[in-house]
Formats: sequence, C-alpha cells, structure tokens
Amino acid sequence: MSLMHASAEPARLPTSTGRVMAWLLLATLPGIATLAWYFGWGVLTNVLAATAFAVALEALVLKLRGRSPTATLSDNSALVTGVLLGVSLPPGSSWWLILVGVVAAIVIAKQLFGGLGHNPFNPAMVGYALLLVAFPLPMTQWAAPHGLFGPEATTLPDALRLLAGLTDPLALDGMSGATPLDAFKHKPEAVMASEFWASSPLPEGTMNAWHSVSLAWLVGGALLLYKRLIGWHIPVAMLGAMAVIAALLYGVDPSHYGSPLFHLLGGAAIFGAFFIATDPVSAATSRKGKLYYGAGVGVLVMLIRTTGAYPDAVAFAVLLMNFAVPFIDYYTQPRTYGHHAPTRGIKVKRLEDETEEPR
Amino acid sequence: MLELIADNGILAAIVALLVLAASFGALLGFAGERFKVEGDPVVEKIDALLPQTQCGQCGYPGCRPYAEAISQGDEINKCPPGGETTIAALADLLGREVKPLDGEAQDVPKVAYIREDECIGCTKCIQACPVDAILGAARHMHTVIESECTGCDLCVDPCPVDCIDMLPRERSLDEWYWPLPDGPGHRPATVTPSLIATDRAPAVGQEAGHG
Amino acid sequence: MAKAFDFPGGIHPPQRKTLSTRTPLIQAALPTRVVLPMDQHIGTPAEPCVEVGQRVRTGERVALAQGLISADVHASITGTVTAIEERPVPHPSQGKRLCVVIEREPDGDDEWCLMPPLDWRQADDDTLLERLMHSGVVGLGGAGFPSQIKARVRELHAIDTLLVNAAECEPYITADDLTLRTYADDVLEGARLFARLCRAERILIGIEDNKPEAIDTLKQAIDNVVTRDTQSEPPFELKVIATRYPSGGEKQLIKRLLNREVPSHGLPADVGVLCHNPGTLRAALRAVRDGEPLISRIVTLTGEALDHPGNVEARLGTSMHELLTAAGLKEHELARLVMGGPMMGMALDSTALPLVKKSNCLIAATERELPAPPPEQPCIRCGACEQVCPASLLPQQLYWFSKSREHDKAELFNLFDCIECGACNYVCPSHIPLVQYYQAAKGEIRERRHEAHKAEHARHRFEFRQARLAREAAEKEAKRQARAQAASRVATRTAQPSREAAQGEDAAAAKEQVKQLRIAQAAAKAALRKAEKALARASEAGEADQDDLDDLELQVATAQENLRATEARLAAAQQAEQQGETRR
Repeated sequence: MSLMHASAEPARLPTSTGRVMAWLLLATLPGIATLAWYFGWGVLTNVLAATAFAVALEALVLKLRGRSPTATLSDNSALVTGVLLGVSLPPGSSWWLILVGVVAAIVIAKQLFGGLGHNPFNPAMVGYALLLVAFPLPMTQWAAPHGLFGPEATTLPDALRLLAGLTDPLALDGMSGATPLDAFKHKPEAVMASEFWASSPLPEGTMNAWHSVSLAWLVGGALLLYKRLIGWHIPVAMLGAMAVIAALLYGVDPSHYGSPLFHLLGGAAIFGAFFIATDPVSAATSRKGKLYYGAGVGVLVMLIRTTGAYPDAVAFAVLLMNFAVPFIDYYTQPRTYGHHAPTRGIKVKRLEDETEEPR
Repeated sequence: MLELIADNGILAAIVALLVLAASFGALLGFAGERFKVEGDPVVEKIDALLPQTQCGQCGYPGCRPYAEAISQGDEINKCPPGGETTIAALADLLGREVKPLDGEAQDVPKVAYIREDECIGCTKCIQACPVDAILGAARHMHTVIESECTGCDLCVDPCPVDCIDMLPRERSLDEWYWPLPDGPGHRPATVTPSLIATDRAPAVGQEAGHG
Repeated sequence: MAKAFDFPGGIHPPQRKTLSTRTPLIQAALPTRVVLPMDQHIGTPAEPCVEVGQRVRTGERVALAQGLISADVHASITGTVTAIEERPVPHPSQGKRLCVVIEREPDGDDEWCLMPPLDWRQADDDTLLERLMHSGVVGLGGAGFPSQIKARVRELHAIDTLLVNAAECEPYITADDLTLRTYADDVLEGARLFARLCRAERILIGIEDNKPEAIDTLKQAIDNVVTRDTQSEPPFELKVIATRYPSGGEKQLIKRLLNREVPSHGLPADVGVLCHNPGTLRAALRAVRDGEPLISRIVTLTGEALDHPGNVEARLGTSMHELLTAAGLKEHELARLVMGGPMMGMALDSTALPLVKKSNCLIAATERELPAPPPEQPCIRCGACEQVCPASLLPQQLYWFSKSREHDKAELFNLFDCIECGACNYVCPSHIPLVQYYQAAKGEIRERRHEAHKAEHARHRFEFRQARLAREAAEKEAKRQARAQAASRVATRTAQPSREAAQGEDAAAAKEQVKQLRIAQAAAKAALRKAEKALARASEAGEADQDDLDDLELQVATAQENLRATEARLAAAQQAEQQGETRR
C-alpha cells in the first residue's frame, strides 16, 4: 500500500475529489458568463436555483440514508450536477421545472443508485431528458439573445418572476425564441438551406450568440484538458465523429443538411463533449473504450439530429451510450503486461472447466 | 381442406400452434437424447462444495453420501463445518432457498489435540478418525497429525478418558493477508510507531556509530 | 543509453533521495544483542540448529533451511544464544515469529567463523551452489528470494542475459546507490559469478539517471575490469534510463531494457533473463570469495525525523531502535516508521524490531513528511489509476470486484498480474487504498484455493480409508466363506446329494458374480494404472510440490486397496464357483 500520496505534493493534477469538482466548476464559468451575457438573467437564476436544489436534495437524501451529509457534500459533486443541469435548461425556467429536473438527477439518477461513483447514467442528463420528454413546451422555448442590459433584455426582476412561476414565459416577447438547431429542424422540406437562412428565421444575433457560447465552453474544456481532469479521448472522438458525419451529409446534399461547423457550434455539442460525455462515473474506463464511447455519442447525436424528432440530442446520445458502457468496458480491456492478448468478454471460468484442465 | 383452414383464421392459428408445438417437442426430445449427460455430475459438484471434513454431523457417513442425499432432495443446511458460505454456495448451485444452518456453527477452524500423558492407548479414536489423521498403536499413546486433521471432532466422544481437546487451529504469519479496507468514509488503517520503554535505555556502543 | 522501449503508465513521486546520499557509507556499531528471525526470506522458515546457552561465533550457522525454498540463518555476532522464542518481527500484521536471540558480553570481541575461501573461476558449479546455499544469501532488494535457487535456474531455462537491477526507483531508498558507489568492483565481480552460474552471455546493468555518482563509478569500474580481463568474459552493458516509478520493478525493467515481456504467472527466466540486485551480487561474491555468510547488509536510514540520515552497513538482527538512535532519531517527531520504500514498504508499529535480510531501508518520517491518509472517498471512476498502471490493468474494475468479493471476475481482469506497486494508490483523488483492496482479494483467493486443496486432500484420505476398510471387510468375508465352505464340504460328504436344481441355480448366480467381479477387477486395475501414470507424470515434470505428490501417492494407494478388495472378493467367488462345480 502506498504510504505516499500525490495530494501531499505540489502537482498540476488536482488530488482530491473535492478539488477535482471545484476545478470543473471553475471551468464552467466562461460558458455560464457567455450564456448569461447573451441570454440574460434567466441563465443565472437557472444555475443558482438548480445548484441550491441539488445541494439541498443531496443533503436530504444523505440524511435519509443515514450518511453524514457534510463529508459527502464536500466532494462538490452535487454542485456540479446542479450547474450542468442549470445551464442546459432554457433561460428563465420556472422553479418547479428545475425542481423536477433536479429530483430526477440527484435523487433518482444518483442517490438511488448508491451515490457518487455508482450511478450508471449521467445525473444531469437524466434530469434534462426527463424534462424534455415530460414538458416539451417549456423545454423548447429558448430566450432570444437580448443580452443582460439591452433595451429588450429581460430584467432581473422579470427573471425572478419567471423563476417563481409568476409570469408565463410564452407571454414574454423575449422568451419566444428557438435554438438554431430547433429552427433548422422545422425548416419546411421544400425550402433550401440557403434560402432558409436568408429568410432570417431567428431573432437577430442568435447564431452569433450560439457560436460565442460554444467557443466559451471550448475555453472551459481547454482548462479541463490542461488540468488533466479529462482525457482528450472522449471530446475528440465525439466531435470528430460528428464532424465526419456532418461533412459527409453536407457533401452529399448541402441544401438540406447543416454544415459541420453548424453542427459543432450551433448547439450543445461542445458543451456535451467536454462537460457531459466526459463525466467519468458514467463513461467508459479504458482509453480505447473512451474513444469508442465518444464516437458513439457523436454518431448518435448526428443520427438523432438529422433523423430523430428532437432538434438536439446530446442528452439522449449520452444516456444511450451510458447503457453501452459495461459492454464497451468488457470488450476494450487493454492487454495486460505478460499476456499475449487482452481478455475479451465476461465469460467467467466455470467449475467444470477448471476440473477438466490437465493437472 | 386447405381452403377451409386458410379462410378460417382461428383454425389456421390452431393448426399453426399445433405444428409448432409438435416440431419443438420433437426438437427437444432429440436434444434430450442427443446431449444426454452420463452419470450424475450434480453429486460431484455438490461434493466439491462441501468442506470434506467427513465429520458426519449431517447424519450421513461422510461428505459424499451427504452430497448424494442433497441431490435426492435433502436439505442443504446440515453442514456445520461449512457454515453459511457453504449453504449459500449450495443454494446458488441448486437454485434453492438459503436456509439458516441446522445446528451450531463452527466459528473458527479447529484441530484435535491429544493430551498425551493421559492417553491410555485404546485406539478407539484411531478407528473413529475418518481421514486416518491419528497415529499410534495399542497401549501406546496416540498423537494427531495436525496438518491432516479436519477438525470433525468424531474422535472426542469415543475417548474413554476424555483426553482429546478441540483447539482452535493456529494461523501462521504465512497465512495472514491484508483485510479488505472498510470502504468510503473510513480512514485506511495505519500504524503509528510506539517506542518501547526497554529500548530507550542507551545501548552500549551506539555512540561509536556516528563515525 | 539507447532506450527505444517503454512500459505504460508510471508516476514521478518526489525522490527525497538526497536526504541519505550526502554522507558516505559507514559501519554501524556492533550490537550487544541480535534477534534473528527464522523467516528472513520467502519460503519455508528455517529451523534453529543451536540450543539456548550455546556459544556461537560470528558467521556460525544457527538455523537450517527447510524444504526446497528456504535459506540458512547465521549468527551475526559472537556471543551466547539466550533465547529461541517467538518475538515481534517486521511484518505488516505486526505479528511474531520464532527467533534466535544472541547476546554478546559488552566487551566481548567479534570472533569469526568463516568458510574456506573459494576461487569461483576454478570451482565447479556444484561447489558454488552449495556455498551459496550454506551462506544464506537471499535477494537483498526487498523480496528475499533465496539466491541459490535463482542460480539453479539453468537447470530449467536457458538464460542469455544477467540483469543487474540498480534502478532503485522507490523514493528515499539509496542502499543500492551507495553500494555501487562504494563497492562497484565487488558488484561487477558478483555479476560475473552469477553470469557464469547461469551461463549468461552478457551482463546488463539498468540504472536510473538520478544516480550520477554511482553511474560514474560504475563506468570507471567497468573500464578497469574490462582492461584487466585476460580471457573472454561476458561483456558489461550499462543502460541509464530516465527516472520513473516503478522502472525498478523486475518486469518493468526487463520490458524497458530488453523489450521482452515476462509472461503472466511466469518468471524472468522464461524470457532468458536473470535479475539480481547489486547488494545481492556483492553478498554472493563475499560468500564465495571470502567465505563470509550473509550476516550484515547495507540499509538506508532516512526520513526527516533523523538528524544524520545516511546508509550504514549493519549486522542482521540489530534492533532498529539502536540503528535509528545512532542516526539521531528525534523521537517526538517520529510519526511513521516504514521498512522498505514509501510506495511498497510496510509501516511498522514499533522500533523494537530486528533488522532482517529484507530491510533495505528504514524511513523515520515526520507527520508532515508522510501524513496519514485522509478518509477514503467514493470512486468517481476518473481513470487516473488506469493511466499510471505499469501493467496495463484496469485498477478501477479490480477495485469494484475486490470490494464486492467477485473474485472470479477480478481474476478475469488479471488481478494476479498486479505487482502492487502502489502507483494507482498514489494518484487516486478519492484516496482509496487500492493496493490493500487487491492484497485482500488476492489473500482471500489464495486462502480459498488452499482450503479447496485441503478439502480435496481430506477427501482422498477419506476415500483411502474407505477403500482400506472395504478391503479388510472383503478379505475377512473371503476367509469366513472359505471356512464355511470347508465346513459344508464335511457336511455334504455325510449328507445325501439332494436339491440338484437349487444347486444349479446357485452355480449360475456364482458364475454371474464372478463375471461381474472380473469386470470390477479390470476397472480397479485401470484406475490403479491411471493413478500411477498421474503420479509418474507429476514426479517427472518436477514442478509439483511435495504435498501434491503425497496426494497422488495416496490416490495410488486407494486404487491399490480397491484392487485388493475386488481381488479378494473375486477369489472367494471363484472358489465358491469351483466348489459348486466339483460338487456336481
């Protein structure tokens, strides 16, 4: 047993779970700031409400399970789940929507499976997927990019009223926007892509806002990579698979399919690649497995975006690949030192096999 | 005839089901004959799970007869030396319910020990030992081969002078291994060195070591 | 310097080696009392061959090796044996072992009892092996494997390379470094000795680049030796590798220097390599050249709780307390005492323990230096362990399986290829004592195998007893029948020949019985042949240990008993049949 530990030494790698999560939170800041800059106070109310709910629910469940809440909360993982769910929701969501999402994420997807480290599915994405299926209307209303302080911007009191559920988001002019992916999805079949974009289907500056947000997430992702909190395998495999498929489709029929750049920057792809799919608890283990896992997420995202019913698909793609993780793990074992070939599959040697072996 | 069946949906369904049942029945019957397993491997498997102490506490003369009895439907909870782990393993093998042990569990592995100055050399224990682990001749003291003793205590009752004790088997340092850690929330076990008082007395000649 | 090969993973923990390399190697003071445990090596503990009250001289044998893998123990001071009893020894369980205690009168002198010196270039292999066996030399790198067994490796494997493992990759330890700086010539000569014994064609020295002084000394020594060479001797090759833990692991070093992989469950000899630590080579050379058995070793005394850390050559069995005090132990600052390195060593609970052959390093650490680990947290599957694992295992899966006692799955994920280097432990952000989980799982698996083995053996003994009882019963029955028949013959002579039909039926039944018994006899013969063949195969292969052979012999005996029982029954039945016929 090692009596020395990396945590006692100065190193680039954070050396305790709490610090890992703290760095992860830090890495989400550029993304959150940019989102808020373009889409208003609603982003911040989402994030704050979701984190507050997440921490409170985690503490509550831990209490019910008879564990010490303070020790477990110090690993900051509930905060991370809250933040990730908060930024995924449409800005200015009502408290009940957030609460339902957080309950699904923290209570059901995480704690009922045994807490941190035991959840087979990404908690934030379970919450998001549940909300998307159960409440499609509020979940597909995205704020228009009116900014924090502009003349048309939703004011902070407005955002708080939205959070409290006092204002119907549909009544607010600024809340009736759509995401670029959503708009492109509902493009009439006869209309060419170029014509569609020429008709400016989205409020002014929407595309620009989404590109900036994606780049901000990229900055956060770069920080994660630099701190070695995540490996390059999953983001590269996922974004690579998306880019390849998008390029193929775009090459075949540019009039009906989005460009690779549109697919990479127009939705949650970057955010998903660096912050969601890399969640170590629910991702594949080995390096090779991570490549397969990331590529699988990328393929599924493109599949759902182009042929499915939902405009964006990071949540569903990640959840589906979570299902496949045990399978991937069993078949991507690295070759252990001293073995000719890696072990494949899960066939455990049975009693009768052993007795038949020559002594 | 065919037309009648084709026209009548219910009839068609019934015929189809009958044909399917007949063909699968034939297939199963063929497979049953073709892949028939000779002998009774279940007894072997049960025997492999039993601890082989041959103690007879189950009411059968040895582990193999008990294994045969289990395969005939006897209870799986009659083996005290095997304890809960054996019951669980048997339940897993045979797909039966886990039952609490019938009788007193043996908490630690034991070994027989003959107090040799009291032994009168009657050879009764030698006859009782199922694994020939007791050495000795008539009117000479007996002794137990510790490494062969299974701790079945069958030799204790026949002894007319009660000179046999069942003692816990000593575990040597070679058998020691690290225990499983307590799990999340606990500190890994650590030891802090203690300085023993007798060692604090200055050892003779230690000053010379500084050269 | 060529280094095209590599093993995956590895870590760069702080070295902390300069702590103990600033002062030259010194001789420790002669202790007044030594405690010599009987198991300073891997394998069967030795048996004491001295008595309490007996006077022994330095170098005299006090315990004899037992069984195949074992090593002798020698008195390390001149004095009187005062006790042969269980004493605490350095062991992770803080347990006790049989020890021979020798005490020296305070002003008594150090009288040596040496074996005659040998010139290894002239002596034949058997003499050398015997010398190694009688000098108690074991691997001094920390594992303690008896050296003479390693030297015998040629009997089963062809060796082309003798690898001198001077990597010393664990933090703190500098014993090999100082050995090379001080006794480079002896180490090289010892390497030649072993190369000769295993017929290696070359000698490869692997050393990490954090030991520049030792490397310089070695280079010079090699130049000197090579120029002195009169006849063709295996060439030396010095390979300096970048410092990374655990490149001193035997398997890792072989991969890194030779790009060969020791097969799973195999030995370096399987790929033609014999691996030795510099200290061992020197000890072996001294045993042969000077006739001096292993009674002292070089040990690193280090840690911030010492005023004068450094390396000392100390007599085996010296109290650690004495050594540490001599090195200026600050008792109030001592928070942890570690034998071996901080990555793979064991924490000790007392300084009142003897120095043993395996103790290459003693770390007297302060609280700040090696702090107690924080509580274990849940695994977040971050995969840091997988990236540092030098054996390309999936430490995380092993952790889950070990924790839930799914031993078959843990074995499927190659638990037994884990070298317990502790790299995963070192980087785990959740502070999980991963290696302890693996050690526990390995221990449980081994114990279970051992139990199964024992149960199997008990079953065989039971079967033998059953067979013996059956044979005795059959023989008794046969005798009884013979007597009964003799009696009936007398009776039939007087009685009238009647019930012809009934006798005819009896005869048919007897015939049938004889036939069946013939079949049984053939089956018993076949079983006996099978058992004998298995025994012959096992003893020819030479790999099975004595217990296995005993077990096979027992099975042969069981088959013999069965055969004799059926033969007795058959003889009885045949006699009955003949009698029936003669009567008719």
